[in-house]
Amino acid sequence: MSNFPLRIGTPDGLLFEGEVARLVCRSITGDLAVLAGHCNFCTALGMGEAHVVFEDGTTRYAACIGGMLSVMDGTCRVLATTWEWKEDIDANRAQEAKKRAEERLARQGLTDREYANAQAKLNRALVRLSVKN
Amino acid sequence: MAANMKAVKLRIKSVQSTMQITKAMELVASSKLRRAKERSDTCRPYFRELHQTLVDIAEGNTEFSSVYAKKPSGEKCCYVVIAGDRGLAGGYNSNIFKCLEADTAGKDYVVLPVGKKAVEYFRHRNVEILTEDFAVVADISVADCFEIASLLCGEFRAGRFGHIELCYTEFISMLSQRSQVYPMLPLTDLESGKTEKKAVRNLILYEPDSTEVFDAIVPEYLGGLIYGGICDAVASELAARRNAMEAATSNAEDMIERLNLQYNRARQGSITQEITEIIAGAEGV
Repeated sequence: MSNFPLRIGTPDGLLFEGEVARLVCRSITGDLAVLAGHCNFCTALGMGEAHVVFEDGTTRYAACIGGMLSVMDGTCRVLATTWEWKEDIDANRAQEAKKRAEERLARQGLTDREYANAQAKLNRALVRLSVKN
Repeated sequence: MAANMKAVKLRIKSVQSTMQITKAMELVASSKLRRAKERSDTCRPYFRELHQTLVDIAEGNTEFSSVYAKKPSGEKCCYVVIAGDRGLAGGYNSNIFKCLEADTAGKDYVVLPVGKKAVEYFRHRNVEILTEDFAVVADISVADCFEIASLLCGEFRAGRFGHIELCYTEFISMLSQRSQVYPMLPLTDLESGKTEKKAVRNLILYEPDSTEVFDAIVPEYLGGLIYGGICDAVASELAARRNAMEAATSNAEDMIERLNLQYNRARQGSITQEITEIIAGAEGV
């Protein structure tokens, strides 16, 4: 299988740079896979599970939340708001965040912004947990 | 003579206590700087990639249906100005304002100041301020940056201004920082840096369509860029403060040395005078 260069960047630094065989992640419209030789492409990322398949067939999973994906002249760039490899996810923290967000959502009298914030927090926690398990 | 000696002594004391302060500030700045520099270093690749990607897109873009990719609707500019929270950082704050003034000359503009000094400056000048919610640059997190970005995007879409620029201090090294103005929106501004345009534009596939993609990625892009700018600006401020305080400390040292010399001379003078007086007195007996 042919490879293509992939770079994954987040505000916390460049997390990955190298050749991969396949990248799968969730865009705003649904899951998509990028293989070598993809045409120039640009989309926004949603929240969801992502995985990268390397040339030797190993797969690495990650939680990918927000950002953009672009393929330009064969180079794929993922610029995510957060990208956490499965092994880096703290399950306890995510579990707590989920609980906190649920409690907040259950409360009455939230402003729209607070509600949206809590909802986003809950979604993030759920994505992390689903990747971890 | 005795009065002079006392005055010099007092002077030395006051310079010494000032030196203690500048020395302490230097140490604080350098320890904070290390952390800020790390943050700026980890953030830099993202910043660069983000910018490069958007430049590529702007160059290859043939779709102008999105409001972000269109030619600017108005000439009004919005500047996001990142300055420091405190003074005593050498020319850091004044440099950024000078740089901004050079760029805004003759233009109609609003500002979004980040940093207490920036808020003060614009309030003093009666410049239209978009919001003062982000006055403390040291407390700003990634989430705040995305909030700024969504605020800016909302205003941009509403047509309050046609350009958005970022004015911040780039951290080049410990000794050199450069204030600059950086175009962020609309995307057509990004191309203008290149002298020759490619004859054939690359076609880019947008999914689901360019408008929706731009609507989703532009706020992210702005947030990322602002965050990168803030990381750099904070590191620059600390580096500028460290340098200024280092210079102040060494100046104080020089001053103390000179004053010590003066003091000793005065002391010697008074002793000589006393001896002369005693001898004169003895001869008179």
